[in-house]
Amino acid sequence: MADWVEACAVGDVDEEDVIRFDHGGRTFAIYRSPDDEFFATDGYCTHEKAHLADGLVMDDIIECPKHNGRFNYKTGAAKGAPVCVNLKTYPVKIEAGKVMVDIG
Amino acid sequence: MTKRDYSLVGESTRIAIETGLASAEWYHTDVPRKAMKELMRRSDGPAIRDTLIWIVAILASAAGIVWFWGTWWVVPFLFVYGVLYGSSSDSRWHECSHGTAFRTRWMNDVVYQIASFMLMRNPVQWRWSHARHHTDTIIVGRDAEIAVMRPPDLLKAALAFTGILDFRYSLPILVRQAFGRLSDDEKSYIPEMEQGKAVVAARWHIAIYIATIALALYTRSWLPLVLIGLPRLYGTWHMVTTGLLQHIGLADNVVDHRLNTRTVYMNPISRFIYWNMNYHVEHHMFPMVPYHALPRLHELIKHDLPQPNPSMWHAYREVWPILLRQLKYEDYYLKRELPPTARPYRGEFHKVDMSAAAE
Repeated sequence: MADWVEACAVGDVDEEDVIRFDHGGRTFAIYRSPDDEFFATDGYCTHEKAHLADGLVMDDIIECPKHNGRFNYKTGAAKGAPVCVNLKTYPVKIEAGKVMVDIG
Repeated sequence: MTKRDYSLVGESTRIAIETGLASAEWYHTDVPRKAMKELMRRSDGPAIRDTLIWIVAILASAAGIVWFWGTWWVVPFLFVYGVLYGSSSDSRWHECSHGTAFRTRWMNDVVYQIASFMLMRNPVQWRWSHARHHTDTIIVGRDAEIAVMRPPDLLKAALAFTGILDFRYSLPILVRQAFGRLSDDEKSYIPEMEQGKAVVAARWHIAIYIATIALALYTRSWLPLVLIGLPRLYGTWHMVTTGLLQHIGLADNVVDHRLNTRTVYMNPISRFIYWNMNYHVEHHMFPMVPYHALPRLHELIKHDLPQPNPSMWHAYREVWPILLRQLKYEDYYLKRELPPTARPYRGEFHKVDMSAAAE
């Protein structure tokens, strides 16, 4: 069942960057791609408990700040050691300048 | 006095997990996101330039060895080739394992594989051991890369400069892994799904060494082995000289890199060989920052870090009396002073016994 919540304003995220969004005791990462699309994933790396929002966005990739593990933030796919488990992704839509995430 | 158990599946491991030292949250100096993004930015340019210089220097010195083989003129070429092969490969292995040297992934991977071979390191095993080293830096029972354990074995530390010990351990480990056997320690940090890859990698390395030995026998010459394999013996000294200083004599079982890691100013040649890993506190705090940006990171956060050692000589003079005292009292370590501009160490944060420190 869909559970859309407002994560941030569109302008809160720079292009090719990521911010952290905490909600209901959970943490998420909100991405803005170089081609101005928005995406959302779980906020923690699946390898160790590190906030992906402190990492580096390069094209479709988010790189974890702790061990440089890489994921495709659009699909959640783990791109090799030291990350082996895919990242959970969440649907995103833009409404009235707000980034909405379905965390259901 | 605490007796340390450096096994990764022993009593210290249990304590580290139970007390929250394992996979803990570490201290970080505050750096604005915009500045950090700029520092983390990847590019291929610096690493391509440095790698071309590295490869040309390796090939040129190898050519010199071949050309002057059998004469004394070979010695300076052996000196250069040995350091490039046996020492500078360590920093290339390290930076490429982080994936920060090049922006282009395959370039990191190619240099990583080549450097791993030069170092007699299983590329799969060491990728995971290094991830653990960054998660649990100098946490006893967790960190797989503690170079000098306590109480320090000074003979072993001295022999490390010759490469004998590394050679003595690295090659048998590769042979064991090639036969499909991983130790309990290795299994503790290599995920099950990666363990098969570690075995395959070890077999490739051993196959190349067998081919090299066969060539040496066929040609009745030491030359193939002097070029492949033995530089791990005669060229390791620079890697050990620079690398030992990273953590030696400092605290263990803390979660603040300012307490367990050392930054040392070094000459430009050593910094090229070492790819700026002399800025080691900075690297551990922010492993996403490429080697070529570490001097800039250092300038940005040095107000929050202990004063770097001005030279390797200074650092070893600082370390030596600490090691001697650790022979009798292994809890002893050097607690480095922070400048007045720094945020203080938080004893309650990392539960370190400050009374054990002398200064």
